[in-house]
Amino acid sequence: MKPARFDYVRVDTLDEAADILAQSGDDARVLAGGQSLMAMMNMRLAQPAVVVDILQATGPRRPEIAKDRLRISALVRQEALSTRVSLAQEVPLLAQAAPWIGHIQTRMRGTVCGSVAHADPSAELPLILVALDGRVHLKSRRKRRTMPAREFFLGMMVTEKSDDELIEAVDVPLTLPGTGTAFREVGRRKGDFAIVSCAAVVRGSLTRLAVGGVNDTPVVADWENLAPADLAEALNAFAWSLDTRDDMHASARYRRDLVRRLGETTIREARSCAD
Amino acid sequence: MASESADIAAVGAERIEDAALLTGCGRFIDDLPVPTMCVHAAILRSPHAHASLRSVDTSVARAMPGVRAIITGDDYASIAAPLMVGVKIPIECWPIARDKVRYSGEPVAVVLADNRYLAEDALDRIVVEYDRLEPVLDPLAALNADAPQLHAGLSGNLGADRSFRYGDPESTFDTAERTVDITIRYPRNSCTPIETYGLVAEWDPHGEAFDVLANFQGPFSIHPVIARALNVPGNRLRLRTPEDSGGSFGVKQGVFPYMVLMAACARLAGRPVKWVEDRLEHLSASVSATNRVTTLRAAVTGEGRVTALNWDQVEDVGAYLRAPEPATLYRMHGNLCGAYDIANLSVRNRIVMTNKTPTGLNRGFGGPQVYFALERLMARIAQELSLDPVEVIRRNLIAADAFPYRTASGATYDSGNYQLALETALAQGGYDALLEARAAARAEGRLYGIGLAAAVEPSVSNMGYLSTALTPQERAKAGPKNGAQSAATIAIDPVGSVTVQLDSVPQGQGHRTVAAKVVADVFGLEPAQVRVLAAMDTARDAWSIAAGNYASRFAGASAGAVKIAADRLRDRLARIAAARINARPEDIRFDGGRVFAAGNPEAGLAFARVASAAHWAPATLPEGIGNPVRETAIWTAPELTAPTEADGINSSLCHAFIFDFCGVEIDPLSGEARIDRYVTMHDCGTILHPGMVEGQIRGAFAHGVGAALYEEYAYDDAGAFLAGTFADYPVPTVHEIPELDVLHICTPSPLTPLGAKGVGEGNCMSTPVCIANAVGDALAPLCGWTDLALPLTPARLSTFLGDEPTAPADVASRPKAEGRGLTGKGKARVAAPPQVIWDTLMDADQLAAIIPGAHDVRKLSSTRFLADVTLGVGPVKGRYRVEVVLSDLNPPRSATLSGKANGALGSGEGTGYVTLTPEGERATMIAYSYEASLGGKVASVGGRLLDGAARIVIGQFFASLGRKAGAAPAAIGFRARLKALLGGAR
Repeated sequence: MKPARFDYVRVDTLDEAADILAQSGDDARVLAGGQSLMAMMNMRLAQPAVVVDILQATGPRRPEIAKDRLRISALVRQEALSTRVSLAQEVPLLAQAAPWIGHIQTRMRGTVCGSVAHADPSAELPLILVALDGRVHLKSRRKRRTMPAREFFLGMMVTEKSDDELIEAVDVPLTLPGTGTAFREVGRRKGDFAIVSCAAVVRGSLTRLAVGGVNDTPVVADWENLAPADLAEALNAFAWSLDTRDDMHASARYRRDLVRRLGETTIREARSCAD
Repeated sequence: MASESADIAAVGAERIEDAALLTGCGRFIDDLPVPTMCVHAAILRSPHAHASLRSVDTSVARAMPGVRAIITGDDYASIAAPLMVGVKIPIECWPIARDKVRYSGEPVAVVLADNRYLAEDALDRIVVEYDRLEPVLDPLAALNADAPQLHAGLSGNLGADRSFRYGDPESTFDTAERTVDITIRYPRNSCTPIETYGLVAEWDPHGEAFDVLANFQGPFSIHPVIARALNVPGNRLRLRTPEDSGGSFGVKQGVFPYMVLMAACARLAGRPVKWVEDRLEHLSASVSATNRVTTLRAAVTGEGRVTALNWDQVEDVGAYLRAPEPATLYRMHGNLCGAYDIANLSVRNRIVMTNKTPTGLNRGFGGPQVYFALERLMARIAQELSLDPVEVIRRNLIAADAFPYRTASGATYDSGNYQLALETALAQGGYDALLEARAAARAEGRLYGIGLAAAVEPSVSNMGYLSTALTPQERAKAGPKNGAQSAATIAIDPVGSVTVQLDSVPQGQGHRTVAAKVVADVFGLEPAQVRVLAAMDTARDAWSIAAGNYASRFAGASAGAVKIAADRLRDRLARIAAARINARPEDIRFDGGRVFAAGNPEAGLAFARVASAAHWAPATLPEGIGNPVRETAIWTAPELTAPTEADGINSSLCHAFIFDFCGVEIDPLSGEARIDRYVTMHDCGTILHPGMVEGQIRGAFAHGVGAALYEEYAYDDAGAFLAGTFADYPVPTVHEIPELDVLHICTPSPLTPLGAKGVGEGNCMSTPVCIANAVGDALAPLCGWTDLALPLTPARLSTFLGDEPTAPADVASRPKAEGRGLTGKGKARVAAPPQVIWDTLMDADQLAAIIPGAHDVRKLSSTRFLADVTLGVGPVKGRYRVEVVLSDLNPPRSATLSGKANGALGSGEGTGYVTLTPEGERATMIAYSYEASLGGKVASVGGRLLDGAARIVIGQFFASLGRKAGAAPAAIGFRARLKALLGGAR
């Protein structure tokens, strides 16, 4: 369990990182906390030729309010998000989900943008980003671009990000008053990868449920004017529409069970705190 | 003898081990200096569960920088021999594969390089050609006549088949009022020490001797096994252990095949060799507890009194029988009736070979398997007879006045008062309140159950119990084996300070603290004044085959040997002191660092003065005093006799008692079993150190919770190991382990020097079944009796919570890929007619461009291709050698593509079926389905990600095919392609 040989480059700015990515492309990986990358490298599942450590670079280390959005830059550790006192007022769903991101030890190292770039299907942050219509800001030497999170995630650890790009920041809208949100997750142990995670957003006539851990990317279902009496049926149809599979921790059926039961609980909870 | 609360000595002793451990100053194997010229080993392991080894090409790897040698099975065999086993069966157990691999993770080659990084670099460049064979994973399937056979010398996969009978089981069953039976499958699991295996092996060519330093835990009956395999006499194998070991739980006995392998490597390479196992190696290929299929039948009276038991145990020992197996099956042989007074017993024990990691020692050793069957059966008897489960246990317990009690199969239960333990537990543990809690929960419609378990915890194993596996005739031929010797040496140096050498090879339990306390008490010193050495050296220290850390033998045996050695020295010192102060030796007292006559402490001498006298003035010692500066005590219990002609065996010296009960609630949302309350009552005889006893109980309980609810060494149908990380082998953490109520009574053992019994394994035996019984009770109102398989995961329990709502009509018609193997199907529309696509598929050069990441494609025939391919998803990338075969050709409509891939990350094998359907004149719908299996590292650590990764890679293939055959897709981005391709599967 020793990594293959690699070059380690510690950059002072994200521009410098983008330069290296432009040169090395597919052979380079950004080290942005290392809670997945280093384990994969130690097991030699990943063997990048160059590791670009951005964590000593200059840049914001805490989430910031940018107009009507909360902007989380590349250097923000997950713990800096979860311990933000005002988060429960600004984006309550993020505050609800943050304790479920790994363990405190991994949150101290892992970054928000690193988790988004890694695009693990069970990860909480991509799910929340998608549920809240978040955006991903990409940067390369060529250009900057911004895209909706819903379009960013393509598959298992596959995203729209090109090899020469890195995530400069992600942002989510500040939650409007009257919106109800809730987050629930079932894993084998506390801090484990989710078997199913559910994020619900209820506002006005809209009911939204985003589900992680099932398909290769977060899946969103939106319902307009969904009556409480129709909830179970809607969730059953949604559960059956998903790409549920068996693995050693859970059966496909169990995942559907959780989407139905956990989904209902999560939506009810979100409704109870919506106006 | 018994008292209601344990007679807990006022031992405030803090653990002398802890300061070093808590400040990172422990001296573990990987902390110790290595010899000069030492090379570091990395092991290439089989990704297949069952395959013939066609070739191992090490030439490229050998030429890499820093690589000093590469050792294969044939190299090993040139200087060393197979590992011998106590039970003779016609199979050869090599520590490295020779012509065949029989489990995923079996060593195939060892790279020796200047450091571990370079060694692992070279591993990736060894080319092994395997011919895959059908594996067999299930122990019952392995017994089928048509099952794939692992070992040519065996008939089928049956390693051994022995039957036993005690009393008169046949007529008891014939005349029984009722019979009750259950069949259970106990899964594979392990107690997973935090420190993995590690060793440093050296060969001295002039002394023709091996020196192996390893975090081996014993028993040292393995020493002759190692020496024999290495072709040296025992006096040319020096075996040493480090001062500290990071947990073992039995598991580190299993380092011994690697001690043999690496010692042979050291001899072959002419260099000292260091090897430290990594976590993937440990989980997948170190050792496992046995999985077992048991059918247990009871003859029962109408009142729930069990009059006979019939055991049929099929023990899955994995691919090889490794010493001391099949001991897991026989350790409990003397106590197969548990805590119950049952005179009639019949047993059939079969040992089966399957394509899984060989089994070995693991905390609880045989107990979890036995008690899961026995205590599930007692719960079932209660349910079938509509009796209170407590009452069924009560009616069958061995009576308090029956001790010492001789069991049907020949064990002597040394002491106990099971009734007192049971009633005390129920009263002090709040059983009535738990009944009320259950009633209240059920009234609210909640799923709440109560579980019970009674167990006898054997300790201090009889080294002869394994020979019960032999027939009486075979035993007579082999000579008797019995006993459980413990050795301890106490030395006094010229300044009168005291050093103790243990043979118990502690793995973190705190033996040094207890030994220091025992010796300090005898000499009237402070424990801190006594130095205890735990590192073992077979070249210098007293030891026997029974030395080591297993069978909970420390409190009962090792600590007793320490006490005996200390008492002998004290008696000699008392004579010295008596002569000096004019007193009678029997009046001499040791206290406060002084030696004096009772009633006259002022006239005494300093302990150091008396103790050092033999160094400075030996001529002044009383005549015939013996050696007062060094004493080795070797103690064994005469009660541990060899098996009798009638197969009676006193398998262990001590028998502690446990009674557990718990309340468990099943969460209707997640199906999770949540332990609401757990009470464990122990009678482990005299308690030598309350804190350590509590630590042992809590530790074993945590392992029991893991086995009950979380952990399994799972394999897929193709034999790939699936639990290669702690994400997929979920050991419960502090968040998952509930509060535990520990109660004690004490009936001291009359057979051990200190009255103590073992306590380290009991909850591994009682807790899994106690939790299962509670879960069964919680589900009973819903489902009646349930056959429960461990671990009781939420996904498994959820299936009991009701039928699944059916799919809506529009969803139900869509194809679904389910099951553990990798399967999938999809469609892709390509803007080219079928013939163009067909021609592309059949063209080697074109195919080269289509296979994702292909570097080099060679056409072996018109339908066979060989390619070097880099496959990957996201950051995960690996290089593979891929062989593709086209078959069932029906141009231009359909074909079958079979592929095999081998690489450093593992191997894969799959078949894809492709049909081409014209859509108009210029387009084709490509429909494909595939099934695949993966083995090796990528299956063991990446199980969660495999499905998606395979779909992406296969998607890439068809995307390339479409792009190559038709111009249109070229303009479409990767994302759209993925959507188009993968979307078809949904």
